[in-house]
Formats: sequence, structure tokens, C-alpha cells
Amino acid sequence: MHEQEQQIKFYQTGTFTVGNRLLADDQRSVQADVHRTNSLNSGHRACQGCGEALGARYAIDAAMEATGNQLIAVNATGCLEVFSTPYPETSWQIPWIHSLFGNAAAVASGVAAAQRALGRSDVRVIAQGGDGGTTDIGFGCLSGMFERNDDVLYICYDNEAYMNTGVQRSSATPPAARTATTPAMGHSPGNVFGTGKYVPRIAMAHGIPYVATASVSNLRDLERKVRFAMGIHGARYIHIFVPCPLGWGSAPEDTIKIARLAVETGLFPLFEAQHGAVTASTPIRHKIPVTEYLKLQKRYAHLFGKEPDIDRIARIQMMADRNIAEFGLLQ
Amino acid sequence: MLKQTEGSHAVAEAIALCRPQVICAYPITPQTHIVEALGEMVKTNELAQCEFINVESEFAALSVAIGASAAGVRAYTATSSQGLLFMAEAVYNAAGLGLPIVMTIGNRAIGAPINIWNDHSDSMSMRDAGWIQLYAETNQEALDLHIQAFRLAEALSCPVMVCMDGFILTHAYERVDVPTQQQVDAFLPAYEPRQILDPADPVSIGAMVGPEAFTEVRYLSHHKQLRALGLIPELATAFQKQFGRDSGGLIRTYRSEDAETIVVALGSVNGTVQEVVDEMRADGSRIGSVSICSFRPFPLGVLRDALQHAKRVVVLEKCLAVGLGGIVSDGVRKALSGIVLNGYTVIAGLGGRAITRASLRRLFEDAERDELEQVTFLDLNADAVSHELERESKARRTGPTAEAILRRIGTVASRIG
Repeated sequence: MHEQEQQIKFYQTGTFTVGNRLLADDQRSVQADVHRTNSLNSGHRACQGCGEALGARYAIDAAMEATGNQLIAVNATGCLEVFSTPYPETSWQIPWIHSLFGNAAAVASGVAAAQRALGRSDVRVIAQGGDGGTTDIGFGCLSGMFERNDDVLYICYDNEAYMNTGVQRSSATPPAARTATTPAMGHSPGNVFGTGKYVPRIAMAHGIPYVATASVSNLRDLERKVRFAMGIHGARYIHIFVPCPLGWGSAPEDTIKIARLAVETGLFPLFEAQHGAVTASTPIRHKIPVTEYLKLQKRYAHLFGKEPDIDRIARIQMMADRNIAEFGLLQ
Repeated sequence: MLKQTEGSHAVAEAIALCRPQVICAYPITPQTHIVEALGEMVKTNELAQCEFINVESEFAALSVAIGASAAGVRAYTATSSQGLLFMAEAVYNAAGLGLPIVMTIGNRAIGAPINIWNDHSDSMSMRDAGWIQLYAETNQEALDLHIQAFRLAEALSCPVMVCMDGFILTHAYERVDVPTQQQVDAFLPAYEPRQILDPADPVSIGAMVGPEAFTEVRYLSHHKQLRALGLIPELATAFQKQFGRDSGGLIRTYRSEDAETIVVALGSVNGTVQEVVDEMRADGSRIGSVSICSFRPFPLGVLRDALQHAKRVVVLEKCLAVGLGGIVSDGVRKALSGIVLNGYTVIAGLGGRAITRASLRRLFEDAERDELEQVTFLDLNADAVSHELERESKARRTGPTAEAILRRIGTVASRIG
């Protein structure tokens, strides 16, 4: 117990992380608390270094803490559903339902409606899915849930492709990335430029109370956003960046590093928006060139052959620079 | 209370009396009036403690109902035609999860060509999805079946579709007897879920099941329906006791006990069939009919008992198994396994084509003489068909078939006979 609150300046540690022992109790992360709920318990079948497993555990434990453990989760089909549950070995310590690939948001709307009908205003609802289940097949139901302003927090764990079925392109797959359906072949290897959709922006266009992006590399920021989201009502959306070592061809031990590089390069901006307007963004302290991020992943290996693909790397750098300007990330 | 009202409104009143807690609405003709009426009742608080949700698709409508049902409340939705197809994945899912949702189907054809009128193609396409399927003959029965449906669904933890003919029932104004809230409350106990999403007792619902247990899970779905074969007549008896009316049950026979020719049909067409039976009986024919109310589970036993003494069975179907003939006929033939009699399939009433007494009388008289084909299309315009076939044999780019047929027939879309 700390008798008096200490003022810690995070930059002193060289990262955004800081040891919990230096912080007052209320500043400590949920994950650092021995009383955390472990809502997604250990023993599941996720790959080594799985960003999605980490993201889900962070988010759901934080939501449990914020709701006094009065939480129901709805899960889209996908890696998270498959690795966490084959009966009878479910890892979920919370009431959890999986219905289909494309309907998690709608099922969650139903669960939330049932709580209203039952007069259980204390029980809160989260829907969660990967980028395929969110930005593609589940998009209609997601948009419907948003526009009705149903009392659901939807969390998208974005690993930028359909990993559960063997790494196929989704509408969240970035340009140049190699997937099983955008092979690194031909004149424009990997995913093409100028396609895809950015769902956080689309979520904002619905004017819903809260939209945020988060990353598994920024634990406290992620937990804070989940807690904030659970503190308000209506439709809320958090889009979490979760590296996939298997699909991205990265080392399992680099998951956090890659996630942090995505933020620090500007490729994955961290921001919050309320009722359609950006209210905050997380600044980058030292801008890092995108090559540092790309080089750690085999899905971009074709950019770094005998002759580096300067043109495409420059276009990816432009995307990062545009994000930095748009969200005011360099202050 | 007796009142003159539209079929859809009668059903909406029945649903409201069942105290649903979540209703999902998405418009599609001809079920729309049902959810419109319910929306009004929720808005005016005539139906209290109920969430009415305007969703963005039928897929979402049933998905919202799935979430609500899994969270422990009574959930209802309605759809028709393309809407049922669009929610197909969720239809199977609701049954697989064992969620006692009740859904009205305002029976309508499936396109292409797009057609808003009545036949049974929509609900028949979902016959093996694991839902119980009940078909109403009249508006009164449609009303009554919904009250029975919630009790049946919740007793078995199995979803139930109540199918009523689009327009013919949904839009027809008839006299119906609307029961009181006290009567319905006495018949339908509060919903007690077998499984519920409850933070006080967390369970995982809908997780993956491998080959080691999938067969057993599926068998239990089948077993549930076999239990329904016993429960449906029991509920019809209990309903009779409570409300003083015969409604529901597995099948209903009409003057078939000594009949040589028996017509089998589902839904509202049974009214016309029974009138023709009366006419022909008056002229000395030994003809009768059987109405199938429960198509899933399919009542093999009682159907066999009802049909086995006949010389011939005519199955009148408002749907087509393309490339085979009849869907109902398959089940009827299975019921009659080992019994030698003449069986005929008649495809009738597709896309709203009226099934008239005159056509049926001609048909049944042909049947009595055993002059029917195995599969007959009632009132098929053979001239239009052969002309189109000939046209297609002569040229490659013949354009849309439906348009060519209509050009040949002329603008007589209102033709009903």
C-alpha cells in the first residue's frame, strides 16, 4: 500500500510502461492485480504469442472489473471462439455464447434487450470478433447495432486477415501484405493498394457515444478505454490491434514489439472519439520509419528482396504520415 | 371475445397474450402487418415489459431473438419467403442451440422470378432445420397455434414455426375468438429456460463439438421432435379443455374413415378441399381428406392409420421439389411403406395461383379413375410451356423465360382460375 501518491513520469522509463510497484493501487493495471478474473483462463489452444488471446484477456478482465463481474459476452466465429472453447474445455469464466460468424452484434443486441426486459440494468454486454467477423461478414449486423444505439460494447480484435481459415485477405488486410488469397506474386505482390475499409471511422459516422482504437502493446491505455466504455451506455466500439505470429510470419516473442511499432510508426493510430468527433489521441514520442515494423514480418518479405521495393515501402510510409497528420500524433 | 379482424392482427393479439419480452421486426410481405400491430401494442404499452426492435435484416431479426432467448426471455419474430432464406443460417443455429423461439411464417413463394403471393416453398426449404413446423388451416387456428407454440417450444427447448398462408390467411378478415389474458396465462406458464446466460452461473453456449459427440447431439434434436409427436396432441387436448376449441394436433381427418380416395394437404387449402369432398360425397363418391398440421415432426404413425385403408392418396402440395416432384409426398409415401395403393402428387397454388373448387373436382375425379400422372401440375398452361420450349429450341439468346411466358399469356396477372 502506498500512503501517498507518487508522481511518476512515464517517459523516465523509456517506454509507456511502468512497474506497478511504483504506482498507487488505483493506477495499477487490472492485469497486474492478483484478483483479476482471468475471464479467458489459461489452457486454451491459441498459438504462442497470439495477440488476440492477449487482447481478449486484457479487455474482458478490464470489463469485468468495471462491471463488478456482471458481464455477458457474445463471440463471433473465428480464432478466439475456436481456440477458447471446444467443449468441454471452455476457457471462459463468464457467461458466453457463440452463435454464428456474422451475427455477434445482433445476438448481443438481443442479450441486451433481454436485460432491459428483465430489468437487469447491472448486467452489461460485450460482443467480440476478429476483423473478418467485424469488418466483412458481420458488418451489416454491426452497423444495425450501432445505428440503434443498442447497449453493447463491440470489440474487434484486428489481426488483419482471416487467420482461423488459414490467412486469407479481409477488408482489414493492409496494402502489400501477403495472405493466402493475396500471394506475393506478379506485378503487384501482396494485397493491392487503395482497397479496404477503416471501421473505426465508419463506427464514428454512426454518431455512437464512444469509439476507440487500442493496442495490446499499450496495456493501460487499452484497459482505460474498456473501463470508460463500460462506464457509459449505448453502442460502443473498440478496435484492438492484435498481431498474429502465424499469419504475419513474425516471431511469437515479437508480438508486443510489433504492436508497439505499429503505433510508433503511425500505421495504427490510437485515438478516442465521442458522438462522431475525435476527442483524444495518443502521441508518438519518436517517429519510427515503417521499415522497422515491416521487416519483422514475413508477410512483407517481398518488399525487402535483393532490391527493396522502394515504391511500395514509400506508399506505406505515406499512409503512416497521413495518420500522423490526421490525428495529430506528433506533438 | 369474438371479433371480425385481419388474420395478421389476430395473430398479433395472440402473441401479445403470450407476453413475449423481445420482438424483432423486419418488413417483408405478407407478414408485415403482424409485427406492425405488435409494434403499436408495445408503443402504447398495451404490451408491457416487451422490447420491440426494428432490425436491419431478417438475419439480424432471428439473431437478436437468439441472443434474447439465450438470455432467458421469451422471444418472437415473423418472416416470409426471401426473409426466411436470408436468415437460414440463424434458423439452423436457433434449433441447434435449443432455443424456444416462436416465429410466424406468412407463407410466400421464393424467387426468382420474384413473387409475393402464397405457396409453401419458404417454410418447406427449412423443414430439416430442426424447428417444429405447424400449419394453420384458418385464422382461428393460426391464433390458437401461436399460444400452443410457445408452450410446446418451451416444454421441449425447441423453436417452433407457425406457418400461415400469406394473404389467404394473413390478409383475410374473418371472425375469430380472441381469448382472455387469464385464459392464456392459465395455459402458458412463465418461461423457465434450460440454459441461460447468467453472470451468477456462467456457462458457455454454442461451443465447438467434434465427431466424438456431434451425432449424439443431433440424435437428441431428432428425439426432441419424436417427443413432440406425443406432446402436440396432448397440448391440443389441454387447449380444448381451456379454450373450448379444437385446434392443432398432428393431423385432422375429414370424412376419410370409409374413403377410397383421400386427399392430403397442408394449410388453408383444406377448406376448399373439404367443400369439394362434400360436393363429391353428395354425388356418391367415397372421398375424404386429411389435413397435416404438424409437418415437423412428421406424423408417420397417425398418417398411416388414417390412410392405409384407402385405394389411392392424392397429395396436394403448395411447393415443388424441383427435379423430383413433391416434398409432402415423400413423407406420405414413407408413412405408407409396405402398403400397396396408388399415390399421386399434385403441385398446386404456386406463387398464388388460385386453387379453385372446379379445378379440384376435375382433379379428384381423374384420380378416382386413376387417370392422373405421378406428378401433376394443377392448371398448368401447357400451351405457354410448349411454346416457350419450342422457342428455346430454335434460338440461343431467348432472353428472360418469365418475360417470354407473360408476353405469350398477355397481361392477365390477375387471372386466378
